[in-house]
Amino acid sequence: MESTMTLTSNTLVYFVALPLLSAALLLLLGRKADRWGHVLATTVAGATFVFGLIELVAMMGRDEYSRAIHQKVFTWISVGSFQVDAALLLDQLSICFVLLITGVGTLIHIYSIAYMAEDPDRRRFFAYLNLFIAAMLLLVLGDSFLNLYVGWEGVGLASYLLIGFWNKKAEYATAAKKAFVANRVGDLGLSIAIMIAFAVFGTVTFKGIEAQAESASQAAMVAIGLMLLLAAAGKSAQFPLQSWLGDAMAGPTPVSALIHAATMVTAGVYLIVRSNFIFDNAPTAQFVVVLVGAITLLFGAIIGMAKDDIKKALAASTMSQIGYMVLAAGLGPIGYAFAIMHLLTHGFFKAGMFLGAGSVMHGMNDEVNMRRYGGLARYMPITTVTFGLGYLAIIGVPPFAGFYSKDKIIEAAFNLGGSKGIIFGSITLLGAVITAFYMTRVFMMTFLGKKRWSEGVHPHESPFLMWAPMVLLAVGSVASGFLLYSGKRLEYWLKPVVDKHGHSHEEFLSHSTVTTLALSAVAIGVAIAIVKYRGEVPSSAPEKVSFLTKAARRDLLQDDFNEAVLMRPGQGLTKALVATDEKVIDGAVRVVAGAALGSARGLRSIQSGYVRNYALLILVGVAVLIAAIWVITA
Amino acid sequence: MDISYYLYLSAILFTIGAVGVVIRRNAIVMFMCIELMLNAANLAFVTFARINGNLEGQMVAFFTMVVAACEVVVGLAIIVMIYRSRRSASVDDASLLRR
Repeated sequence: MESTMTLTSNTLVYFVALPLLSAALLLLLGRKADRWGHVLATTVAGATFVFGLIELVAMMGRDEYSRAIHQKVFTWISVGSFQVDAALLLDQLSICFVLLITGVGTLIHIYSIAYMAEDPDRRRFFAYLNLFIAAMLLLVLGDSFLNLYVGWEGVGLASYLLIGFWNKKAEYATAAKKAFVANRVGDLGLSIAIMIAFAVFGTVTFKGIEAQAESASQAAMVAIGLMLLLAAAGKSAQFPLQSWLGDAMAGPTPVSALIHAATMVTAGVYLIVRSNFIFDNAPTAQFVVVLVGAITLLFGAIIGMAKDDIKKALAASTMSQIGYMVLAAGLGPIGYAFAIMHLLTHGFFKAGMFLGAGSVMHGMNDEVNMRRYGGLARYMPITTVTFGLGYLAIIGVPPFAGFYSKDKIIEAAFNLGGSKGIIFGSITLLGAVITAFYMTRVFMMTFLGKKRWSEGVHPHESPFLMWAPMVLLAVGSVASGFLLYSGKRLEYWLKPVVDKHGHSHEEFLSHSTVTTLALSAVAIGVAIAIVKYRGEVPSSAPEKVSFLTKAARRDLLQDDFNEAVLMRPGQGLTKALVATDEKVIDGAVRVVAGAALGSARGLRSIQSGYVRNYALLILVGVAVLIAAIWVITA
Repeated sequence: MDISYYLYLSAILFTIGAVGVVIRRNAIVMFMCIELMLNAANLAFVTFARINGNLEGQMVAFFTMVVAACEVVVGLAIIVMIYRSRRSASVDDASLLRR
């Protein structure tokens, strides 16, 4: 292990401060900022991106082991031996995220200017977007788990605000609440992980924990690892906390693209990769990570096959693709770089496709049901091409981005070795088949075939401000995979962070075998979809379908499960507690009060108001007193 | 004559006074009964002074008389005022403090 050097910097704080200030300004100024709010927000997002590019160039200019830079902003908590600085760390891993967040973020800001043009609350929307950018940058720049946690909560808040942006519709507000609650479950995991880490290591900084990670007890490491996984599952919509992502599509489409496809939902992957020193020393937790990833990638893919709502189909696909990333992250040093690679390429093509879906909705009077689309290629050529490039990228057709990243994940899964390798490898392959199937389905139902929309809908291409970001993202979907993959660029780039020791692994299947397998998987998926959807598509979903399809339409019954197993008993418990409070606790209080009242009522009759009664009482009292004295002294 | 008879007389007078206060409603009569009780007490004081052969009991008797005189002044004034406002000297009519 070579010694790494960390340079200090005093400019990192602007990454977080700029968008945060802008958000505060827009929210505080209110209506006054309506005219120029979106311009400010977009400029700030663009500025952080440029700033990120400058940092990247500076970082590339330094040698491999002195690339990380660090800034202590202020001493945050100082209690005895517990010292936490509000400090930022920009290393090879965070810079990837910084560029993804600010780059895709800026494009989506630009897109939103046009997309939200008619909305009276556009300024508030941009304030929230900036708030999100600030929180997300804090999340990836924090140098300790506690700093990360602040950003983690911040993005949760921004996500909540943006999902419920149109909260005049009750169900949208409910969707926001659902996302928030599901996220809270995960956040609990993160806070517990931080507490255990502090109890075991006495510090919460990544550096401090990493230094002690190898000598720590296995049980503590597994506990921290599993709690971190819970956190990741909440934020990244992984099994069993995935049910919120579909409903999160209630938010405006740019939000779905930025937060629920490209950046925030991948925070869980970031967390796992960032905590590589914990997972590498806790093989049990690592195995659970792989398991969760595998389950989710199939789960999401199966749901994706059954959805008719274009955004929900894409959301299910996001879930599934993040499953790939989590699985890769669980594979250890051989997988981290590929998890991040898939995350970056996915950021491009999924955000691009979401913007495409938004563009379609924009042209179709906010219709989301794909059964009412069809044949849009003629009316929306730019959207079709950009969406199509994203589509080719996600299913993994060479030379598009997804091919490189997904291929490497499949290869890494097979190279796990033994029966595990075969099982997880096959799952990733199966996932590839299903991905190809449902994405082909989405593409065909939307852009090809006969038109199925109703009278009065006039599909049209979106304005320049909307299609320009789509084009740029499409370029990313085409080129990013090759750029990151060629010469193992990203692998070497991330090596000092995620693979300090250098690893070697056996190859169970050669690279070319895996590529062949993956490509045939894609071909099978596409072929099935073409056979199934080349003809007429019924304009309403068929009723007579298998149980699995019905279940998939209902998100594989996860909501029903949550409701029956968690929500109802929870409500029962609440009701029981309320009843206990009212009957037992309040009851006891009432009995005491009643006794006092009753005795007072009895005693009150003594107070007759008649002088003779008082006189008699005094007399009796004196007599009793004298008698008592007499008895005592005698 | 046995000196303890004075004490018996004192006790009888006191009892008559006490019973009078309790059973009568006329304020004037009650007032007189109270005076009776005070004088019964005075009698007892004087008797004890005689028995013990010192003047302390007689001294207290004078105190009692002074207190009784003050009481009469205040008490009669109250009774007169009540009579003026209510046309009645019955104490039961003046049971307003209860409410």
